[in-house]
Amino acid sequence: MLPIKKHLLALGVLGLAISTVLTIPAAAAAEVVKIGLVQTTTGGSAALYGIEQKNAIQLVVDEANASGKLGDLKLELIHYDDGADRNQTVNIFQRLIAQDKVSAILGPTLATSAYAADPLAQKAGIPVVASSNTAAGLTTRLGDYIFRVSPPEDNVTPNVLKTVIGRYGVKRAAQIYGIDDQLTKSAYGVQKKALEDNGIPIVATETFQRGDVDFAAQLTKIKAQNPDLIVIGALAEEAAGIVRQARQLGISQKVVFVGTQSAISTKFFELGGAGAEGVIVGTAWFAELDNPVSKAFIANYASRYKHPPDIYSAYGHDAASLLVEAIRRARSGDSKRIRAELVGIRNYPGVLGPIGFDANRDPTVQPKILVGRNGRFVPFEAK
Amino acid sequence: MNVFLQQTINGVALGATYAVFAVGFTLLFGVLNVLNLAQGSILMVGAFAGLELTLALHWPLLPSFLAAMAIAGGIALLSELLVFGPLARRGANRWMGLVASLALSRLLIAIVQEVFGTQVRRFPPAPWTGHVWQFGAVRVQSLQVVVIVAAVVLMAVLAYVLRRTRVGLAIRTMAFRPSVAQLVGVPVARLRLLTYFLTGALAGAAGVQLGVLYDAVSPFMGENILLKGLSALILGGLGHVPGAAIGGLVLGLTEVYSVAYLQSSLRDAVAFGAIFLVLVCRPSGLFGTATRQRA
Repeated sequence: MLPIKKHLLALGVLGLAISTVLTIPAAAAAEVVKIGLVQTTTGGSAALYGIEQKNAIQLVVDEANASGKLGDLKLELIHYDDGADRNQTVNIFQRLIAQDKVSAILGPTLATSAYAADPLAQKAGIPVVASSNTAAGLTTRLGDYIFRVSPPEDNVTPNVLKTVIGRYGVKRAAQIYGIDDQLTKSAYGVQKKALEDNGIPIVATETFQRGDVDFAAQLTKIKAQNPDLIVIGALAEEAAGIVRQARQLGISQKVVFVGTQSAISTKFFELGGAGAEGVIVGTAWFAELDNPVSKAFIANYASRYKHPPDIYSAYGHDAASLLVEAIRRARSGDSKRIRAELVGIRNYPGVLGPIGFDANRDPTVQPKILVGRNGRFVPFEAK
Repeated sequence: MNVFLQQTINGVALGATYAVFAVGFTLLFGVLNVLNLAQGSILMVGAFAGLELTLALHWPLLPSFLAAMAIAGGIALLSELLVFGPLARRGANRWMGLVASLALSRLLIAIVQEVFGTQVRRFPPAPWTGHVWQFGAVRVQSLQVVVIVAAVVLMAVLAYVLRRTRVGLAIRTMAFRPSVAQLVGVPVARLRLLTYFLTGALAGAAGVQLGVLYDAVSPFMGENILLKGLSALILGGLGHVPGAAIGGLVLGLTEVYSVAYLQSSLRDAVAFGAIFLVLVCRPSGLFGTATRQRA
């Protein structure tokens, strides 16, 4: 393992040296716009989302640089991994702003990290475009330099629950969620409100903590209350454990599970096994979406990374595309001008469909409802 | 009543894994007076060893389980050979050993993280793993039974070795007083290695048990369990082997019952609060005596 890495490193240094020598004449004319890329690539569930976003963003930036549409601007991505630790995210933001002097930041992966680190960017006047923060009200709480392309839970969940309640004639619901994560807590609040708005009594509310693997006690308690709908506020790994253990404990196949967007991951099916079948989620994108931009993206992504993109790659793509578009329109790396252009983007052809930002800097995209079938999520037919 | 029985089964299965882990933990403490904080990471290495053998080499669960025990035992043995033994021989303060064990723990996590990545992985489902016995409204899963039976067998074997064999007698003599053991001709250095191996093997067993029961093998799985094991060990009385087993069981049941009859958000608060209460009332733990009984 190690010797190979050393060789790679040596090769990389050599390559860098050569490319620096070769590109000096060209680079002299180009103005480099630095973009901070803060995605979790190690550390549990968050890395599932972070790696996909990082891949897609890299793809978009490379394409933009190659296409020449930016004139004499050249984009440079500076990636740091925060290991899903929000203290680390804060350090990284400080470094990006003070030392690397980036024009904008893409990320961070987790809403919890965003709450900790985004205020630094807001204060410094550096626009941030997030692609996986879905906690309700995040952008309005953090400030006018914070944008996101991932539709917040309060945009998606009410419609999902309403549809599911109507379709299955739900009478009693139970909730289970993680109490030590901003996203899952926020999802819980939104889900609770949506259930109440539909007049569905919540017969059990259970919680767990990040890293928990045993949900049997909570699920046994839920089962005793006979709900016909179980709403999960959890990231992919915990959600998978919950649905699998629920089926093992004999919670009937007739009981419907609704999860958050975070469940949309191939890992969810790998870990959840048969329990993942029939789980319903709301989202902004799925692979079969009839959209030429999306189809081209899937092909490009798969050829470069040797596996198909998931929802987080799609979000990453659109976050990067909108930022690149704003930089193109601003024709500079000036953070203030980039922010002004971001605000003005409407109906840009993204992977998620026509996308832009609303007054709260949340994305304007149409949410869709998906259901787990044979190891993947497919469109849910609301009869 | 049905719910109570169901929760009891959930709690016993969870408690069985805690018990196996805590017994290894307390054995090391009781015999060698060492608190090895790398024990959680050794459990994790055992879980990964078992997972890799079933996934990559397609071994059935039982041989994987035994091999994982051997590998985890080997790691613990190496830790004595390379870290704790030399430290002790150079007369290092026992706190040095404690810090060294913490460092070893991080090292093991970092290595596994580098080799296998940070994503949670699961044991492949076997035909028998999904089986369920239904008694009225109570469901008993085959995996729960396997985990509980494995725990009982391990405890029985350990009890037999400690109580009925010459090696066990030697270990107990060493636990009583190393100098006495030396005097009566017990090969202390070799026995130390054996004790490390046993404790590591028990941690490895608990790792595979947790892995198959909850389908969640990750480089960080040892950190949670370390605290649980430590609590079970203290609950049962430091160095008291049967006490640790019962402590693990009590901890598992307390956790589950607190979810069932109080609130799930209070799970750890109640479990650790109960330990606090026990310690305040009986500082030597549930089964410890004032003069510590060892092994």
